[in-house]
Amino acid sequence: MTSFAGWQMPLRYASETSEHLAVRRAAGLFDLSHMGEISVAGPGAGAVLDYALVGNLSALRPGRARYTMICAEDGGVLDDLVVYRLDADEFLVIANAANTDVVYEALADRARGHDARVTDATGDYALVAVQGPAAAGILAPLAGGLDLDGMKYYAGESGSVAGRRAWVARTGYTGEDGFEVFCRPEDAVPVWEALAAAGGPAGLVPAGLAARDTLRLEAGMPLYGNELGPDVTPFEAGLGRVVKFDKPGEFVGREALAARAASGPVRRLAGLTIGSRRIARHGYPVLADGSPCGTVTSGAPSPTLGVPIAMAFLDSADSEDRVLTVGIRGEAVPAQLTDLPFYRRRQ
Amino acid sequence: MSVPAELHYTPEHEWVSLDGATASIGITEYAAQQLGDVVYVSLPAVGSAVTAGEPCGEVESVKSVSDLYSPVDGEVTEVNAELEDDPSLVNADPYTGGWMFRVRVPQDGDGQPALPADMLSAAEYEELTKSAG
Repeated sequence: MTSFAGWQMPLRYASETSEHLAVRRAAGLFDLSHMGEISVAGPGAGAVLDYALVGNLSALRPGRARYTMICAEDGGVLDDLVVYRLDADEFLVIANAANTDVVYEALADRARGHDARVTDATGDYALVAVQGPAAAGILAPLAGGLDLDGMKYYAGESGSVAGRRAWVARTGYTGEDGFEVFCRPEDAVPVWEALAAAGGPAGLVPAGLAARDTLRLEAGMPLYGNELGPDVTPFEAGLGRVVKFDKPGEFVGREALAARAASGPVRRLAGLTIGSRRIARHGYPVLADGSPCGTVTSGAPSPTLGVPIAMAFLDSADSEDRVLTVGIRGEAVPAQLTDLPFYRRRQ
Repeated sequence: MSVPAELHYTPEHEWVSLDGATASIGITEYAAQQLGDVVYVSLPAVGSAVTAGEPCGEVESVKSVSDLYSPVDGEVTEVNAELEDDPSLVNADPYTGGWMFRVRVPQDGDGQPALPADMLSAAEYEELTKSAG
């Protein structure tokens, strides 16, 4: 167990490596109740989110989800978010646990003058995710009123799981097919137990934070605090596509982001494969021909690839021709530029 | 969790097994569980001198890097080369296949191998891990 943004979270249930591989080969069950849920409801909810976030959320159809970000005026990322449109007048904004207060306060502030209510609903939701190629088969027999086969990636529906009311979405943070089940906190244990029992024969195991981190790293997904932060714009993180300059109206950060989009990023996020068993960890220096050229943001062994991998911010775009190394506690270890993501599931 | 009775322990979660003047050294099952999956072990060179309580290597897991302390004084006579290819032995088999290095320890006045006086018995070590939660 570990303390994480004020929550007691399991780092691992048994072995993080086997939990990781179970998600790639069969399925894993995650308790993500720490994630923040902020409801934005009312006739002006879409307009609030268009102004408050970098995405075009008013264009999102009910029952669909979008990955987006909330930025400061200077373009720095306050958090990365998944937004679900539950129905015409209500959106559910999913924030990282450590940022829930910041996101709530920014949304409440940016909603002023609009016909919309912003509520921190984190305490109203538990979140259980079932992720992996076997996820749909495990969830289907427990699902009521849900068309799982017809549910697209980044879509969601309201229905039931194990007889408990739930919002079920085909989203996740592992690079696999999978579902996230938002239910009432008092229903979380029965939902968890039903999924664990139904999934056991298919190879589902409970999976902790450590496996979640290596899964998202293989999938090339950023983690707030590592790849994203107030000193990073979406463009540095290689996620400039989430900024929708062509949406109607003003939005917070537009000017700074437009300038950054025009000038191009001063650094860029790159993938590295490490030439040893040692792990290039957050904060370790990256060198090009022996000179500092960047910093590792995340690093871990890749259970799928069998080698350590990392993401790093590199200063310039011309690292391709130079010999890259990572300084791992005094030793220069060879590193190879690698296209992101490291892992892509077969469709 | 297993704490074999015949071994000696340190508060830094190493175990020592004595065979004559040779001490075999590894980390305990408790330590391995706390670290999580071990991915890399850096061991002292054969022939080098190690000092009780001083770092002589590193144990790297998915989530952390920890110093490996030598529990004894002496000269390193052998290291477990299998850990180079399969560091997960430290988790799977901490007291046998996951041993790390061997040290020839000096003898005391009675010709007995000299272990530091503050080493813990199995019972004392178990107590320590329980109070650590």
